[in-house]
Amino acid sequence: MFSHSLVELSRLLDQRSISSVELTELFLSRCQDHNQELNCFITLSPRTALEHAKAADKLINNKQHGPLTGIPFAHKDIFCTEGTRTSCGSKMLDNFQPPYDATVVKKLNQAGMVCLGKANMDEFAMGSSTETSFYGPTRNPWDLTKVPGGSSGGSASAVAARLIPAATGTDTGGSIRQPAALCGITGLKPTYGTVSRFGMIAFASSLDQGGPMTQTAEDAAMMMNAMAGFDINDSTSLERETTDYTANLNDSMDGIKIGLPKQYFSDDVDAGTIEKINDAIKQFEKGGAKIVDIELPKTALSIPSYYVVAPAEASSNLSRFDGVRFGYRAEDPKDLLDLYCRSRSEGFGNEVKRRIMIGTYVLSAGYYDAYYLKAQKVRRMIRDDFQQAFKEVDVIMGPTTSAPAFGLNELVDDPVQMYLADIFTVSVNLAGLPAISVPAGFSSGLPVGLQIIGDYFSEPRLLNLAHRFQQDTDWHKQIPEGFTE
Amino acid sequence: MSLDRKQIEEIAMLARLSIKAEDIPVHQQELGGILDMVEQMKPVDTDEIVPLAHPLEIDARLRPDVITEQDHRDKNQKMAPQTEAGYYLVPKVIE
Repeated sequence: MFSHSLVELSRLLDQRSISSVELTELFLSRCQDHNQELNCFITLSPRTALEHAKAADKLINNKQHGPLTGIPFAHKDIFCTEGTRTSCGSKMLDNFQPPYDATVVKKLNQAGMVCLGKANMDEFAMGSSTETSFYGPTRNPWDLTKVPGGSSGGSASAVAARLIPAATGTDTGGSIRQPAALCGITGLKPTYGTVSRFGMIAFASSLDQGGPMTQTAEDAAMMMNAMAGFDINDSTSLERETTDYTANLNDSMDGIKIGLPKQYFSDDVDAGTIEKINDAIKQFEKGGAKIVDIELPKTALSIPSYYVVAPAEASSNLSRFDGVRFGYRAEDPKDLLDLYCRSRSEGFGNEVKRRIMIGTYVLSAGYYDAYYLKAQKVRRMIRDDFQQAFKEVDVIMGPTTSAPAFGLNELVDDPVQMYLADIFTVSVNLAGLPAISVPAGFSSGLPVGLQIIGDYFSEPRLLNLAHRFQQDTDWHKQIPEGFTE
Repeated sequence: MSLDRKQIEEIAMLARLSIKAEDIPVHQQELGGILDMVEQMKPVDTDEIVPLAHPLEIDARLRPDVITEQDHRDKNQKMAPQTEAGYYLVPKVIE
């Protein structure tokens, strides 16, 4: 039962073969049994979960339910949940109980989903390994000595271990796709502006985007139907007609042009990963897709551009944490400046402070043009690269990461090496494009992710290609040893 | 790219972070390393390029000039570290 997809659980609930309370109890007990070894959750809320499950069962019995009603899941701990601690993985917000729900939280509540708890993450979503969390690192269920990726590592690890059938994540530079790839699940980063950012604690506002993390593309489409949509409370939310993300899942891929950027298949990429990606591409060729070799020449510049733009925006967004209105406050401040400085220094972890300092520097007088403006110009060049490519091809494919999961503590003391691990994901955020990572096999026993990048608003096409791929493969159905019972 | 001690202290002050004197070399090394990586952009010719601040280049949305916010002071102040009579308390600023 615990290994079922959202689609299967939805059908069982609809047929009343199982109740939401039974499902909730089942997944809660899995979460409680395995959280100690994986550390996926910062907070579990069994009481409210069971209340919501009871309410969902009532709706189902009265036939007032939707496709997601009664299905358990978890939120990344970056989404504000009224009355439930929302820590963002930080000591700064260890005691923070938001006075309101994020729009995504509200929407999934309205859809009747049952939130079991809040998933672990890198502090303020800054990291690629979930090791910067104040609550300790999350582990990869495929190998407990490896990281699950980050920053949505708690969500990815929990879905991979089948502790929950789905989770929310956020992606600023790869934080949905990279952990999805390293844990062997499906993760979609939507087009910027598709999913509301209201109540999603801000890291870099021009890059942040929420999305679903699931077993399958079909499940991601189902979640998107509930998560996406215009929100008056988010000033960059896009006013567009409602999309049914499930409508095109079974479309044919005959004649679809897939671009393979030379830069995504370099010698620096793990050989086992390349092999699996090439196998996946053959699968698409079999389905009638055409392969086109393309260039994304500015790929290498995406890391330097991103690591100026993102910290700059972060340093501005995180200035709100001042020890006055909410969050951590240092004891016995001798004056206002001391209150600010010590609250921030004691409340933030090292990686967050490092990024605040970089961001502050690149925005400071005398350096703004050389760093921040330069990075924004390179950002346009990166976007133009993609736009050029999409004149020729429908989608772009390549590995989500250049290697499978790395070891815990392996890169934690080397920020630049950790940043370079984001090479294939950050450019998508700089351009604001949608992209999905789907399981494509294993290299040295660890999951490999295939990334499919599309033009703006091409989520239905990405989900369609991912779904068709999952009809012909069973990589997404693999469950790590130790979590199969 | 290396930053001297004074620069590290200035950045920390601008960012309202207090740093320990003995940690300054670590900050120098880490920030220097990141800035070295960032320097890769330097040789790129960007003279004719317009900066891109926002991926979709949408205009800010306007709304009717009416009050929509309700007063949530009590709710918001519930999680404030220190309040009194509806105000946030901070150390004395004016002598």
